[in-house]
Amino acid sequence: MIGEHLPIIVILTYCIAALLMPAAGLLHRKAPSILAFASGLAALVFSFMTLWKTVREGAFNYAVGAWPPPVGIELLADPLSAFFLVVINLVSTIVLFHAHFSDGKESGERSISYYACVMLMLGGFSGIVGTADLFNLFVFLEMSALAGYALLGNGSGRAAHSAFRYLILGTIGASFYLLGLGFIYVETGSLNMGDVSLILGDVGMQTTARIGFVFIIIGISLKMALLPLHQWLPDAYTDAPAMSTALIAPIGAKVAVYVLIRLMYDVFPVAPGDWAFPLHTILAIAGAAGIIWGSVMAIPQTNMKRMLAYSSVAQIGYIALGIGLATPFGYIGAVLHVFNHAIMKACLFLFSARLEKTGQGIRIDKLTPATRRRLPVSTACFVLAAISMIGLPPTAGFFSKWYLILGSLESGNGFYVVVILASSLLNAVYFFRIIERIYFGNTDTDALEPVRVRLTRRNLALVTLALSLLLAGLFNVWIVKSLIAPMVPAF
Amino acid sequence: MNAFFQASFLPLHAVLVSFLAVPAILLASRRPNLREGISLFAAVAKFALVLALLGSVLDGNRPVLELLQIAPGISLSLAVDPLGIFFALVASGLWILTTVYSIGYMRGNREGGQTRYYASFALSLSATIGIAFSANLLTFLLFYELLTLATYPLVVHKETPAAIRAGRMYLAYALSAGLLFLAGTIWLQSRTGMGSFTAGGFIAEGLFSSWELTSLFLLFMVGVGVKAGIMPLHSWLPAAMVAPTPVSALLHAVAVVKSGAFGVLRITGFVFGPETMREQGLDLLLACFAGATILLASIIALKQDDLKKRLAFSTIGHLSYIVMGAALASTAAFTGSVLHLSAHALMKITLFLCAGAIYVHAHKTRVSELDGLGRSMPWTFGAFAIGSLGLAGIPPVNGFISKWWLASGSLESGYPLVLGIFLLSGLLNAGYFFPIVIRGFFHAPAETEEGAHAHPASEASPWMVVPLCLTAALAIVFGIMPDFPLPFFDLARQIAESVTLSGPGLLPPSG
Repeated sequence: MIGEHLPIIVILTYCIAALLMPAAGLLHRKAPSILAFASGLAALVFSFMTLWKTVREGAFNYAVGAWPPPVGIELLADPLSAFFLVVINLVSTIVLFHAHFSDGKESGERSISYYACVMLMLGGFSGIVGTADLFNLFVFLEMSALAGYALLGNGSGRAAHSAFRYLILGTIGASFYLLGLGFIYVETGSLNMGDVSLILGDVGMQTTARIGFVFIIIGISLKMALLPLHQWLPDAYTDAPAMSTALIAPIGAKVAVYVLIRLMYDVFPVAPGDWAFPLHTILAIAGAAGIIWGSVMAIPQTNMKRMLAYSSVAQIGYIALGIGLATPFGYIGAVLHVFNHAIMKACLFLFSARLEKTGQGIRIDKLTPATRRRLPVSTACFVLAAISMIGLPPTAGFFSKWYLILGSLESGNGFYVVVILASSLLNAVYFFRIIERIYFGNTDTDALEPVRVRLTRRNLALVTLALSLLLAGLFNVWIVKSLIAPMVPAF
Repeated sequence: MNAFFQASFLPLHAVLVSFLAVPAILLASRRPNLREGISLFAAVAKFALVLALLGSVLDGNRPVLELLQIAPGISLSLAVDPLGIFFALVASGLWILTTVYSIGYMRGNREGGQTRYYASFALSLSATIGIAFSANLLTFLLFYELLTLATYPLVVHKETPAAIRAGRMYLAYALSAGLLFLAGTIWLQSRTGMGSFTAGGFIAEGLFSSWELTSLFLLFMVGVGVKAGIMPLHSWLPAAMVAPTPVSALLHAVAVVKSGAFGVLRITGFVFGPETMREQGLDLLLACFAGATILLASIIALKQDDLKKRLAFSTIGHLSYIVMGAALASTAAFTGSVLHLSAHALMKITLFLCAGAIYVHAHKTRVSELDGLGRSMPWTFGAFAIGSLGLAGIPPVNGFISKWWLASGSLESGYPLVLGIFLLSGLLNAGYFFPIVIRGFFHAPAETEEGAHAHPASEASPWMVVPLCLTAALAIVFGIMPDFPLPFFDLARQIAESVTLSGPGLLPPSG
């Protein structure tokens, strides 16, 4: 019944929630955050239903307004898009839960516009992942980006400045995408992904299409903060309000990753071994460089959010590397890491949000064992996420690394193995720097008041994320076999 | 759920019993007696479970438990073979004594952070038993990394700048090693599939070219060699001696370093196999490093004045005895190697426990301060003397037996030079240990200066003295009757034969 309409329902849920937000705000001071959480939950349920349907019955299309493609807008639910849909909505729902129940700073007089923007952004993200139309993708890209600028700029101090910088760069990225799209339209006369893929498959990638595709890739790389186009990310994530960062950092770049995977493997016929047009290799090298650069830059940071932001640059590098390897295991590693990293980063940024919320600050050199004593459960979650970032078994992070290394071996590139392993060590350096500070310091621990270990609504989101890291690690084979394997293209 | 309680799950129970004790210990943080009670109970329960498995293994069973598939084609699985049960017996048996000792030490020293200490201790033991029972490389790696993480809080326990520095060094070494091990595991796995440990090795001929085999071997050896303290990968070990003495005792004489040595045995005997190693000349490569480590470590130990540092360098030397046996990989050498795993554990733990008792009771850490202390602490110094004799390889202490087999193994494999190394090392051992005993018993106490601690008049607390006397007594018992009360010799023999005789290697030696 509603099964065939699922692709549009997820997007509509958010759009309707955004429209209802002012009404909710008039009703009660806290209603906007409840509404946001409720619609996130609803969207999550619909995403799971979509995933279930694609896994059981295979991919299905949806013509919006019953206008047949290629003229009308087409939505597509296949294993790849359904997986990303679930990741986006799962993580954002958990963060929204935290935003409401941990009483974030954002609830207040500005909460109506704040949560309306959140809804628009999530709607945009879901739209990007759901659409099968290249221009429609651009529309959703801008919709989520504009809402994102507002969310990131909503903080105090330099937030507006950094968000403006992001706006300029983000718009340049979007312009690149649009420009490239123009080339593609000139070449093919179509904007529908399936259509473009068919036509290009017939006529091959001529110069016009190649130029267009390169423009598109540059635009998308900027959106996903792939080295050397990552400059906007550390500032934007550091200065933004805690809740905005926690919401955007885990999934914002992942949406761009989705676009990259979709275009590289499904739409544009680019052969991995084509040395005249070595997109895959460039992507892999940029990814490897990002891994090292991001990890090295994370080490000297004194602001925890900034450190995590640089670590995001590195993690995006892992994903780009996996995509660029163009082997089945590389692909699996990239997609699995999208999921794992979304959970890890959400957990880490929520911890920094807890630190800000409890007034302890996020300056790494100011952290002491008192932090751990005040937030024992959250700190434990942070440590688990950090271990997963370093990539020690049996946490989830270990297994994305496992598949990526297998992929590198598969492609015959021992060099990438070295990069991945070295980055593990660098991760260990900057995370253990914090762990050292919050666990060991000369305090007379037995004389202080007892630590109270309790599961409350304030740390429930963190605990959920941390435990799912363990589960995702232990049951990674299930995730890979039943969810990721169906989307792996033939290499 | 019922299946969980069946006998086939015993290996898992043995791993989990101390793992489950961790939350219990954390919850009991305000009630020290309960907390220590839980630790002690978990230790005894773990030993009992391992003993139950021992019976089954001696009957010829090889319990295997596949838990779940953790990577495509690889399961997280536990298997109990003679080598695994051997190591598990040593680790879990000594944990009981160390726990008793810890209670005396931590209370006597009024250490802070005791809850964290007992929790990490229990977790380390879970990891160690996990390592012992790992059926394949990935499971091994999982527990190996867990052991690194669990022992890190123990190394930095004192939270002084020196301790934190030592912790960093430990992590840097251990995590890098883990990564190289991971690289080796993935590389091997991508060619051979599952990679379960098989006596005599499982790398089929022709899968790897000669240089690939050598690099693979190096990856694995650096991976386990850091924990086994093979030079030049040893520097973390002396630095980690800032940890409380029971930690040094159990972790740096038994669990951590022995996991490394155990890893060397697994890699040489159960992944590569003696035959492949000999064909590629890897045995000689490893033997060179081991031989150099034995001699260098002993020479460095000679000039250490800090008692624990001296013990640490002695540990480095003795670990390489085990490595040497694994490298030579004749039946006798492998037997000696495995035996030395337990023999050195017993003797070295005795020495560490003595060092701890001396520190807590008499506040002495330097060898030069020990003059005449043996008169007031006769039991402690007596035990120390027994441990020293054993490590120098003098009968009837158990160190003699393992060394005998190692020495005859070196002749059997045709490296008489190695015999020379063992004999020279025995002399050096005597050179750095006997002066301590002689100072303790025969030198007159130094004139006490103002403010310095005078020697106490009596023995240390029985919580500490009883365990260390027990380990010393056990070292003698096993020196006289290697198969009583636990069949260590029998097991070692079985292991060595399964490894060396599974391929068309050497002829079985007589006897």
